[in-house]
Amino acid sequence: MTAVAPTAEPGADPVPAALLQVESLGKSFPGVRALDDVDLDVSAGEVHVLLGENGAGKSTLIKILAGVQKATTGRVLVDGRDVEFDTPRQAKALGISTIFQEFSLVPTLTVAENLFLGHLPGTRGLVARHRLPALAREALARVEADIPPGAVVATLPRSAQQLVEIAKGLLGEARLLILDEPTASLGNRESQHLIELVRALAGQGLGIIYITHRLQEIPKVADRVTVLRDGRRIATLPVREAAEGRLVELMTGRSVEDLYPTRQCTPGPARLTVDGLTGPELRDVSIAVHAGEIVGIAGLLGSGKSAVGRSCFGLDPMRTGHVTVSGTPFPRPSPSGALRRGLVYYPSDRRRQGLALNQSLTANITLGSLSAAGAVRWGALNRRQERRVADEYVGRLSVRPSDPGRRTELFSGGNQQKALLARGLIRDAAVHVFDEPTVGIDIGAKADIYQLMADLAEAGKAVLLISSDLAEVLGMADRVYVMHEGQVVAHLIGEEITESAVLTHFFGTSETSTPLPGGASA
Amino acid sequence: MTSLRSTTTSATPVAPTMTPAARGPARPLRSRVLGAVLKNGLLPLLLLAMVTVFAILEPRFLSVDNLTNVGRQSVYLLLITLAQMVLLLCAQLDLSVGATVALTSVVTAMVMSEASGPTPVVILLGVLAGIGIGVLMGLLNAFLVAQLKVPSFMATLGSTSIATGAALMLSKGAPVIGLPLPFLDVFGTGSWLGVPVPVAIAVLFTLVLYGVLYWTSFGRSLFAVGGNQHAAAVAGIRVKAVLVSAFVLCSVLTAIAGVLLTARVASGEATLGSSYVLLSIAAAVLGGTSLFGGEGRLGMVVLGVLFIGILSNGMNLVHVSSYVQQLVIGAVLVLAVAVDRVKATTQ
Repeated sequence: MTAVAPTAEPGADPVPAALLQVESLGKSFPGVRALDDVDLDVSAGEVHVLLGENGAGKSTLIKILAGVQKATTGRVLVDGRDVEFDTPRQAKALGISTIFQEFSLVPTLTVAENLFLGHLPGTRGLVARHRLPALAREALARVEADIPPGAVVATLPRSAQQLVEIAKGLLGEARLLILDEPTASLGNRESQHLIELVRALAGQGLGIIYITHRLQEIPKVADRVTVLRDGRRIATLPVREAAEGRLVELMTGRSVEDLYPTRQCTPGPARLTVDGLTGPELRDVSIAVHAGEIVGIAGLLGSGKSAVGRSCFGLDPMRTGHVTVSGTPFPRPSPSGALRRGLVYYPSDRRRQGLALNQSLTANITLGSLSAAGAVRWGALNRRQERRVADEYVGRLSVRPSDPGRRTELFSGGNQQKALLARGLIRDAAVHVFDEPTVGIDIGAKADIYQLMADLAEAGKAVLLISSDLAEVLGMADRVYVMHEGQVVAHLIGEEITESAVLTHFFGTSETSTPLPGGASA
Repeated sequence: MTSLRSTTTSATPVAPTMTPAARGPARPLRSRVLGAVLKNGLLPLLLLAMVTVFAILEPRFLSVDNLTNVGRQSVYLLLITLAQMVLLLCAQLDLSVGATVALTSVVTAMVMSEASGPTPVVILLGVLAGIGIGVLMGLLNAFLVAQLKVPSFMATLGSTSIATGAALMLSKGAPVIGLPLPFLDVFGTGSWLGVPVPVAIAVLFTLVLYGVLYWTSFGRSLFAVGGNQHAAAVAGIRVKAVLVSAFVLCSVLTAIAGVLLTARVASGEATLGSSYVLLSIAAAVLGGTSLFGGEGRLGMVVLGVLFIGILSNGMNLVHVSSYVQQLVIGAVLVLAVAVDRVKATTQ
């Protein structure tokens, strides 16, 4: 992949002014300085990665550039000229197009209607519908997307919606494209495609600001990297100097060596066994997780790996198959039944399936775990005990800010995830199923969560880690099942767990699964 | 357990010292008032302003007699608003509260006028029949919403028609009379230690509901189901059971209001209570209860009820026509929702 400096046309302008220049930008909210004296420049044809933990100031910076928020201090220059803007429309008029993680598409409208929403072709309020498909196809061609313009957006997979969103952002005279974690919810293959597209767009002369938490992407996509921490710019590096370890150090102020804790795996008896599980997304899946081990399930998006966890917990229907928890059969799985048997499931979509965001962190930590926390007797609540338990876990998991009385939506993703984990930990369950536990959270919180999983395994719990983050599976798991199209296509143990081994099975190009582990695994 | 790695700051060019933003010397009064308004809504201020205006316009307004009157008039709305609040908390809505009042009234009156036996037993039977209607209405609504997944707006709109129809059918459209006098004397106009009996009953139920909402795990489940139904399910809360309980609790509280109202008007009427649908939602929302579930404070909802009670009482005293009153109350409701939205977006 191209990793060279900007490829602006030489000779057009002897000293090309940067497409975008940000000078000593600052933004204060009551009590917090979200952005402090930040400089940034982006040239035409450059992909500039913006990196930082949650709360480092990335979101504030792009919100200012998108015209959603107004800076308190500093200035923004486009083509070397001072510009003032404080609405998204004005930003767009300057050629700055921002694609946030929350899409701006209307799910019930078609792709074409969404693309031209607000400026549909036609005159005097009448829409020239017949022109829409052709115009839409043209727009979609720019993002190399083969999506029918008449398709309703809600029916498209997330990756296709992402492309529609980008196509929409490129309409008009977009010159600077800002992408906020575009690959956060994509699988490996879709991410790869997106990265190629981003490089191609840069090749056409667009300037691109690209935000990501996935460090592996940086060598493939970036020309330069700017690291923010605590609202300040820590460093701007050309990509060849941006080794993963160095970036982590810059972002967190600490070394990366022990991101994945090392531990000895001494498996005990089987705690969770799934035998011949078949459902809408699964075909004859059999896995086992033993006490004291961390077992990974790897696979692409749509491989069915998430369905395994959801089915065991009763969230997905299951047609045939048997689930056994701690030696006792679990015939018709349901969340409350699973929890009673000592199986905890941590959902991947914490905002939709995990947390009541408009309530306090305390309420979320103890949700469904009140009796386990000893905070309820005969239905009556002991709020002091509840608060004590919440405080204890907030301290243990180093949740920040350490005030569990605050509304949950005011916490960062990593801290929300910790609240979700605390809820499960209160129960002291024998089996812990994590579904994408570190999506969209920063390195510091990731390290805490990995340590927590290792501690659980050390304490003799069975841990199932379902993840699209290959590095995480490789770093954490003692055994790995690889899934493809609803089936387990490989079972790797110990030394066999390598990136290339997992990747060869990702697309189902393999012999069939190794039988279940009989006894101990290496 | 989680041994956090030592957070040694590595050598980086910029020292990451965060300067807390200048807060200014003391927060000016204006921002403190604004803060209090953002926290509690405009309601306490409005209530105070309204009481002041009415007290100036009409000296009788602040008399003990009139204030007792406000209490007597507000208890029915209070009970029904509490009922409505229970459902709003779990992101549901009950449009059938008015019809439940009507059906309860007719059935209670019919049982009392037709049953024979010692008066206390007759009264008890009537009251139990009324509460039974509440249980049935609650189960009907819960079945439609929790089992058949009909949105509560449609489900309770339908059950409104069912209950109204049943009430008209049973009463043949005429008031049911012949209620035992002790029932009317105690539950309609009676006082106990100087406190009107309906007021005492409403206060009792308010306290009980306070306990249920804030000091039981069931209360927590209500908030959780309203805050995020999926998350509640994943956390092991039996969402359906919570919804059924909420609907039944709502309709039973409404039925109790219906029984008290029957004692007050001294007959069973199929036309009773229809105005409470709008008023109960208005009072709950005025009190800051979110229409999207999971948010609401009981104390503020009681203030919301008082606001509406005082508003209509005051307007009566200063001879505002009932047509204009309806207009004013509608405007207040819309304003309350608007303020709620502004508050939500500024947070």
